[in-house]
Amino acid sequence: MAIREDVIVIGGGLAGSMAALEAADGDASVRLITHKKSTLRHASGLIDVLGYLDEEEPVADPFAAISELPDDHPYSIAGEAAIRDGLARFDEAVGDTYLGSHTDSNALLPTFGGAVKPTARYPAAAAAGLASDSRDMLIVGFEELTEYNAGMLADHLDAADVPFDVEGVELNFPGEYAHDSRVTRFAKRLDINEDVDHDGQTMGARQALADAVAPHVGDAERVGFPAFLGDDHTADVRADLERELGVDVFEIPMGPPSFPGMRLADQLKDALDDAGVHISAGNPVINYEADGDEIEAVIVDSKGREVPYHAEEFILATGGLVGKGIDSDRDGTVEEPIFDCHIPHSDDRYDWFDEEAFGNQPFAHFGVRIDEGMRPLDADGEPEFANLRAAGGVVGGTDPVTEKSQSGISLTTAAVAGQRARERAAKREVSQ
Amino acid sequence: MSDAQQPSEFDATTAVDEYEPVDVFPSSEDMDLRPGADNCYKCTSCDTSCPVAEVNEDFPGPKFQGPEQWRLKRHEDVDIDDSIMSCSNCMRCDDACPSSVPLSQMHNTARGEYVEEHLDKRSMEYLRNRMLSNYRTLASIGSKVPRLANFVMGLGVTSYLGEKIMGIPSERDVPEFATETFRQWWKKRGGSKVSNPDKQVAYFHGCYSNYNTVEVGKAMVRVFEEFGYEVLVPKQQCSGTPMFANGMLKDARREAEVNVRELGEAIDNGAEVIASCTSCSMALRQEYPELFDIDGVEELSEHTWEALEFLRVHEDIGQAINESEVDPQAFAYHAPCHARNQGLDRQAVELFRDLDGVTIEDVGDSCSGISGTYGWKSEKYETSMKIGAEMFDHMEHAEGDVGMTECPTCAMQMNHGTGYEIRHPLELLERALV
Repeated sequence: MAIREDVIVIGGGLAGSMAALEAADGDASVRLITHKKSTLRHASGLIDVLGYLDEEEPVADPFAAISELPDDHPYSIAGEAAIRDGLARFDEAVGDTYLGSHTDSNALLPTFGGAVKPTARYPAAAAAGLASDSRDMLIVGFEELTEYNAGMLADHLDAADVPFDVEGVELNFPGEYAHDSRVTRFAKRLDINEDVDHDGQTMGARQALADAVAPHVGDAERVGFPAFLGDDHTADVRADLERELGVDVFEIPMGPPSFPGMRLADQLKDALDDAGVHISAGNPVINYEADGDEIEAVIVDSKGREVPYHAEEFILATGGLVGKGIDSDRDGTVEEPIFDCHIPHSDDRYDWFDEEAFGNQPFAHFGVRIDEGMRPLDADGEPEFANLRAAGGVVGGTDPVTEKSQSGISLTTAAVAGQRARERAAKREVSQ
Repeated sequence: MSDAQQPSEFDATTAVDEYEPVDVFPSSEDMDLRPGADNCYKCTSCDTSCPVAEVNEDFPGPKFQGPEQWRLKRHEDVDIDDSIMSCSNCMRCDDACPSSVPLSQMHNTARGEYVEEHLDKRSMEYLRNRMLSNYRTLASIGSKVPRLANFVMGLGVTSYLGEKIMGIPSERDVPEFATETFRQWWKKRGGSKVSNPDKQVAYFHGCYSNYNTVEVGKAMVRVFEEFGYEVLVPKQQCSGTPMFANGMLKDARREAEVNVRELGEAIDNGAEVIASCTSCSMALRQEYPELFDIDGVEELSEHTWEALEFLRVHEDIGQAINESEVDPQAFAYHAPCHARNQGLDRQAVELFRDLDGVTIEDVGDSCSGISGTYGWKSEKYETSMKIGAEMFDHMEHAEGDVGMTECPTCAMQMNHGTGYEIRHPLELLERALV
């Protein structure tokens, strides 16, 4: 068959993209197979490594805290060096559009709910919003955005005892909009600096926005906006607003649709392209062919037709329950649908959740268990296949949402899976 | 249904009946889209992928047009919102949705219902849309007298009247008819030069390769013959793509019945169906089985391929490309939305970057904005050009000064926005391999 690579990665989110970049760092030919838009589109764009060990205080230095994690935590299995490898690979992929690599310590960033979030890497667009910075802050919201309220956000930050004064102001976004307009419209207007009518004049959207905000800046030395300041030209939009307002401008990540997440997805795609990774997007992997414990091909459902894609090594990065790398059913099934890898779970679905909404939820731990080579393990603790590795949300054994470790686990498992797949594919080539 | 505790007055028999598909849809001709609507968890991926919503403030977006409108329609006396006519049927929402909600199927059925029940059949809008949808009929007349037709269409007065009476934007240049159609050429050539009962492909050329860009059809034939395939050219009608987009589902069904029958015969004799236009292959593969209950429709879907896709899977085309060379040329490649939906958006770039002499750059994942007949309507022209602006910009920044795409109307838009000459991947493949 004509479609053959050294390494095939299944899944095009953060873990899949990073695993493919890692695997492609050498001579290996790598193909990424991705079905639909990934969960990066809903992600904050912040890269958390470890934010909380318990509910109380945020973790100051994730690396110092790793030793406190249980032995079966993905970080404990992969090791500290792997976490650093994963972050280094990420830093290389995104260049200066992300900050935070200068220190092991977590940065604290405001969220759109007004909480302060510990994170390891953050977009340059969010940098001026650091909560550890003592400069006074103005938060701008828009009447057109129902899910984001600047006054509430400012009050919450204030209640969190941030070391600066913070005010919130709700404005109308310049131009005419429907009551429930989408953030993509605002972003596009700013991105192309489309003309809008403002104060009886026609002017570029960036100028109009700056004019609307300027009277409210007061003593603030930095101004925060919901994260829709442009899409492809976000640095230009921010620079124009900063020039007009005379203060630093930053973005606060929002719920879906999330521009920081979408921009990261675009950047990763460019990095994959630059690295020569082949990408097949739009069709799902539904099955595989194996010879004993070696997978020989995965089967792609190409609009009803089954096309095999052959490789030496395979990486499963299809995500968790939200990303649909793990499926559950009311009959008590919890499964990994492509390779049917073992996922520890109770057969009684009433055991899957805790009655406390923010309690220790068993379902949050769903996922494959892995060995030190990131290979999914069967019920007896043996690798399911010799040449299948897992990365990202499909890996279980901890609750990444509660401990704020989702992106870090993705980067770490992707780094190990990508390295091992690359090395093993190279070895096989020599021996053949 | 949710497994939450039911209220005490809950009567299982009536409540269950209420949601039975047979009850919701009295006629088996309709499809039950309920499971699809229920899969939507409002993640907004479709809305953020919609090129129309991004530039058009009044367009409520695919999430509304799909699952929300579908639900609204169930229990209340609500008509289809007229904004469904602003959907361009680019189908990007299908490609975006992580829950596999059949968005374009919902849009197509809603549009069909709107046109059937609410659009005045004597209105100029209906007549124009009907004419645009049935391009094949128009083209078959025009190509009988191609030079005269080209001359008349090129006249300023034609363009003026087109705009004033029909609502065809005068900015657009009507495509020229070839002086010899693909089928005329095929007949004169005496059919396939290769005879091979074990390797047969049936070519679905579609309207545009037949009446306008005949060189694409010729390239398809020569490339496949180079790989030892016997090419068949069965009788065929329009794929239906422009009809779906205009809610003319009866016209589309009429054409589909012929295509399913004729191509089905070829499939029964062992041939695979090849299309060179990605919207044609999209229609045969996805829209036919989603919309029509015709004998053999599933079989046609499973046996239809886009030309390059077929060669990638069945032949070592990578090797053939590696060993070839062409005159130096840089291309700015645009992946049509409908290619994206079939998982084909990367194949031309990834294949041709290994071809000596060729530089090829993907000009990004924006939509060209023309979406078949959409950009051919005066009231949609501005939206169409706003959507296309990003692609034009990326094309102008790309190294190549020749464009490349699989879709004939994307090619029109690319040429319209940049003035570049636009080629089909098969034409480059022909130059490299034949």
